[in-house]
Amino acid sequence: MSQTLTLDGKSIPFNDGETIIQAATRAGVFIPHLCYHPEFKPHGSCKLCTVKVNGRQTASCTMRAAVGMVVESDTEEINAERRALTQMLFVEGNHFCPSCEKSGQCQLQATAYHLGMMSPHYDHFFPNRAVDASHPDFLLDFNRCILCSLCVRASRDVDGKNVFALSGRGIDTHLIVNARSGKLADTNFAEADKAAQVCPVGVILPKRRGFAVPIGERKYDKQPIDEIVAEGK
Amino acid sequence: MTYNLETAQNPEKLRRVAIDPVSRVEGHGKVTILLDEQNRVHQVRLHIVEFRGFEKFIQGRPYWEVPVMVQRLCGICPVSHHLAASKALDHIVGAKKLTPAAEKLRRLMHYGQMLQSHALHFFHLCSPDLLFGFDSDVTKRNIVGVAMAHPETAKRGVLLRRFGQEVIRVTAGKRVHGTGAVPGGVNKSLTIAERDELLKDIYHIIQWSREAVQLIQQVHTQAPALYNSFGIFRSNFMSLVGNGGDLDFYHGTLRARDDNGTPIFDHVDYQNYQQVIEEEVRPWSYMKFPFFKALGKEHGWYKVGPLARVQNCDQISTPFAEHARREFIDYAGGSPMHAPLAYHWTRMIEMLHAAEVIKELLHDPDLLSDDLMVQGERQMEGVGVIEAPRGTLFHHYQVDENDIVTMANLIVSTTNNNQAMNEAIRQVARRYLHGKEVTEGLLNHIEVAIRAFDPCLSCATHALGKMPLEVELLDAEGALLHRLSQS
Repeated sequence: MSQTLTLDGKSIPFNDGETIIQAATRAGVFIPHLCYHPEFKPHGSCKLCTVKVNGRQTASCTMRAAVGMVVESDTEEINAERRALTQMLFVEGNHFCPSCEKSGQCQLQATAYHLGMMSPHYDHFFPNRAVDASHPDFLLDFNRCILCSLCVRASRDVDGKNVFALSGRGIDTHLIVNARSGKLADTNFAEADKAAQVCPVGVILPKRRGFAVPIGERKYDKQPIDEIVAEGK
Repeated sequence: MTYNLETAQNPEKLRRVAIDPVSRVEGHGKVTILLDEQNRVHQVRLHIVEFRGFEKFIQGRPYWEVPVMVQRLCGICPVSHHLAASKALDHIVGAKKLTPAAEKLRRLMHYGQMLQSHALHFFHLCSPDLLFGFDSDVTKRNIVGVAMAHPETAKRGVLLRRFGQEVIRVTAGKRVHGTGAVPGGVNKSLTIAERDELLKDIYHIIQWSREAVQLIQQVHTQAPALYNSFGIFRSNFMSLVGNGGDLDFYHGTLRARDDNGTPIFDHVDYQNYQQVIEEEVRPWSYMKFPFFKALGKEHGWYKVGPLARVQNCDQISTPFAEHARREFIDYAGGSPMHAPLAYHWTRMIEMLHAAEVIKELLHDPDLLSDDLMVQGERQMEGVGVIEAPRGTLFHHYQVDENDIVTMANLIVSTTNNNQAMNEAIRQVARRYLHGKEVTEGLLNHIEVAIRAFDPCLSCATHALGKMPLEVELLDAEGALLHRLSQS
């Protein structure tokens, strides 16, 4: 691993074929992200992991590392754009942390804290999306979907089930369940599925377990997201 | 029990005085008074003017979200809603009896809340009226004025409240809007360090609570003509009563008495509350008017809260509070006390009781246990009732087979006191305003009567507000004649 790039002034080693975010994470440097997951192919859609490479913006989850790259990530300008993107995600859905059982364990919320987001800033869309409570063990609250497609990729690529898909285009893009009825109960979705584990927000939820973890013991109560990712947890 | 002054015969010919918004109460309400040219009072109404509708937007949500969501009704006593909802949902998950640890931890959380809420109300909201006089200098009639003139009293108010908030924090995870109670139990017990931290202060808290009882008792008994008669009206009263007739804020059965203290009903399982209570809607207020079915709308209304609870129970289980209760009962002379200002006295007796119960609980090893959850046969419907600081609080839910809430009905403490508060301000208007030039000091008398009930108008209408007092005097055509403001 003799090849290196420069990230925020530091020399970062990388292996052939690695993306910038992979190299950064292995080196203990946190780049904010939502649709990226180390176990899946990159999607490049949330744009939170955008960095500047030799002065040009690109998604660090899709850009392969190259020798001599000069990458800027933790800068005032880039973090302001990440913060604006996060605020837009908050207002597009119904992300009401005070009554959300994912609070304290939510990657969107933790990222917002990391980026210093103090308010949603933009006008709320207040979408009205019905929850799917048809499955005996899982609830789908589409109001909180950020279209990261992690459940789509997990179900398709790991579980081999294709339970989820993104439908529609542009602002009308939304998560659907691949069943004639559109209901989760009419699929072969199961608790052991990878898709049941990967939702970074509060869409795919095991039933009857909300708020079982007390405040102070939740994932991001103990440690902020940048430290957790940097330590490879 | 009279409806006099609720609706004037010819309102179009009368002047309208509005106290909008009412100050030093929780939430947003206003009082309107209709006067004729000789300043004679023809109509007095306490209106609740905002609406949020939690009962509606809970529908369609998973049931386990409800205890955390509904507590957002209020920032003063959210624990009441948190626990009443949890108690209702205990039935849904078939938890007929909680583990001893879970019940004691919830009880500790609730008594911590009673302590902080009662301290807040007495010291921050009401002591300016009681210590300085109802029509004293308005610029000093506030908590800052109390802090200047009676620094030790103001400091104790702050520290008592802080202690109650700490009890809530260690049981719910946060001082305001925590998550401690879940359907079927609680999600955390106490650590030894948390318990010992509270034990360090509890003896001061009990002593200060005793002195608070002495203070209000002295204020009340030194001016009996005022305190025994201000805004007085007779009514039925209702509360939960615990095992053996004990005062109990967390659990019990419903007991109601008439204005003479004669039982109307007793030992009513609150799961069947709809058999004894009904709610009436009136066109001029967002707050409903509950009444006992057996007595009908006109005679069935009642009061709840400290004055009802302390007189409705047979005894209090803790020694200092029981001693204080007996002194109060003796002072009342063997028949129920109906004076609204006696709410303050009984509220402080309850604060003392809460402090004593917290001390007992902190010495109970069950608080450190990890046996926190039970479940049983799933049900479709559940009712949870608790004695909140302001009175009896009902939460009623129906949940479908997919775990989604399909129906919610809340009767909050202040709603139970709706007619009672209206009666009190009509009495005050009749006694103090009738035929007189309206002044800020006189209008504060109306607010003093409302404050005695410690209403939470936020909860009652599911509204939230924080406001200065503004009074407008309009002529018969609606033109503004005079404006008074406390802001």
